[in-house]
Amino acid sequence: MKLSARGLLYLLIGFVLILMLFPFYWILVTSLKTSGEIFSFPPTLFPKGLNWANYLSVFTRQPFHIYLKNSFIVASLTTLFCLLLGSLAAYALARLRFKGKGLILSIVLAVSMFPPIAIVSPLFLMLKHFHLLNTYPALIFPYTTFAMPLTIWILTSFFKQLPAELEEAARVDGCSPMVTFSKILLPLAAPGVFTCAILVFISSWNEFLFALTFTTSNLMRTVPVGITMYPGEYEMPWGTIFAAAALVTIPLIALVLLFQRRIVSGLTAGAVKG
Amino acid sequence: MLGAEARLAWLLVSPALFVIALIAFYPVFRAFLISLQRVQLQFIKFGQPFVGLGNYAQVLTDDRFWNALGNTGLFTFVTVLFEFLLGLLLAVLMNIPLKGRGVLRASVLIPWALTTVVSAIMWQFMYNDQYGIVNALLLRFHLIAEPIIWLGKPSLALISAMIADIWKTTPFMALLLLAGLQVIPADIYEAARIDGTTPLQAFFRITLPLLKPAILVALLFRALDAFRVFDLIFVLTGGGPGNSTETLSLLTYIKLFREFDFGVGSALAVITFICVVLISYVFIKVLGARAGEV
Repeated sequence: MKLSARGLLYLLIGFVLILMLFPFYWILVTSLKTSGEIFSFPPTLFPKGLNWANYLSVFTRQPFHIYLKNSFIVASLTTLFCLLLGSLAAYALARLRFKGKGLILSIVLAVSMFPPIAIVSPLFLMLKHFHLLNTYPALIFPYTTFAMPLTIWILTSFFKQLPAELEEAARVDGCSPMVTFSKILLPLAAPGVFTCAILVFISSWNEFLFALTFTTSNLMRTVPVGITMYPGEYEMPWGTIFAAAALVTIPLIALVLLFQRRIVSGLTAGAVKG
Repeated sequence: MLGAEARLAWLLVSPALFVIALIAFYPVFRAFLISLQRVQLQFIKFGQPFVGLGNYAQVLTDDRFWNALGNTGLFTFVTVLFEFLLGLLLAVLMNIPLKGRGVLRASVLIPWALTTVVSAIMWQFMYNDQYGIVNALLLRFHLIAEPIIWLGKPSLALISAMIADIWKTTPFMALLLLAGLQVIPADIYEAARIDGTTPLQAFFRITLPLLKPAILVALLFRALDAFRVFDLIFVLTGGGPGNSTETLSLLTYIKLFREFDFGVGSALAVITFICVVLISYVFIKVLGARAGEV
């Protein structure tokens, strides 16, 4: 009896695993099919052969390497700015005594609730006014803003976990707060900083609405917008689209599998204390 | 007069606050101002006359707005409900000490990490009525007699979009709830077991009440996320067929960047913003979600 309950659980786990992983498998498999095979019904679970041509047409039909480069630059710089501004703020919130902490935290929290669509129109006009449409800053500024709440929460909770004795010791030795921060706290909080970097990078890499509205030149597009540029007027080049999908998804999956624990701890940082 | 420590603290938080003020709060204020004017992007050189609440009147008397609001509300309610129920089940499953638990925890991150646009393209392909795998599987197991037109029928398209969203975001919900489950001390269950509580009773009398704060926070954030759904609908159905899957975000986008009507588009944006404030208010004040401590 006990054995069958356990068997049932494993069956359930197996089912969930298939549900979670199958679509990713389907992306890979479809990217390796010829269009004849893609349009056949019922679809083949295993491709008849490995057709790599789709991976070539990803780059010849659209400048996909440029989309990748744009995405990479925007996501990296966003991550950098977020960590820079976020770690300063988080240090103050976690370690320094001052009035108004609660207010600042609520302001930051409020931003995480903002619907991006609510500020697209004024931001578009502001960027247009300063001739910033179709530039990297047009994406980096809003991405940094929207990733700031996550950054500040995660870093604040990581800074709070560090033992206070270290700073006391540093203070006794005559270190200023800024030296204590940069020389002692920041290196110790490196795992937290890294976790935060992964999450901010992934969220900027995946962003769609701002990228769609603030970049109109094909050479400034990021991957999520670029990937929607493949469908032709009369045909749906699924093979090419899925090859592109595989190319953006594989690095994400690698990140997820490598840093699984960090990602989970970052996503749930503080959420359990509530 | 501020002390040295407080001065330093404000100095450190000010860059982050400045960015937030400039790129989040100021634009909301600007959106409100624009929503009181007639701003047509192609004719912007002819001026932006003040029209008071004219744009709002136009929006509120337009059936298309009420349709979008209804779709958005329904989408939010149904997806968050299912994500919560399935997420709770998945969290409990991931909390049972079994072999393969690590694999499960790693693999649920994959739908979460997948770019929403990619996930939408993938579902569009799987839903295809002529060569999609969804119909193929349902036919294979004799669950349906003929292919279903998932995305081409107004009655089914929104449900199809909901399924795609539930697939992608249930894992995130499950991880948040799992984190909540893990901080419940095991001795409580032990004590309850000795007192003769069945596992099912323990779940309803111990787990759920103790999990309530985590549940409320997770529901709040998911609800806000679902309410602003854009990428998925934009790619999967484009709002169609007809306007059957058009959401507030999508309608706002169409007014802004297809019809270039920034006045009406901004009015829609402000209305969306007010809805989000109301949802947060209900969760925080009425239900007592302590989101401030996240």
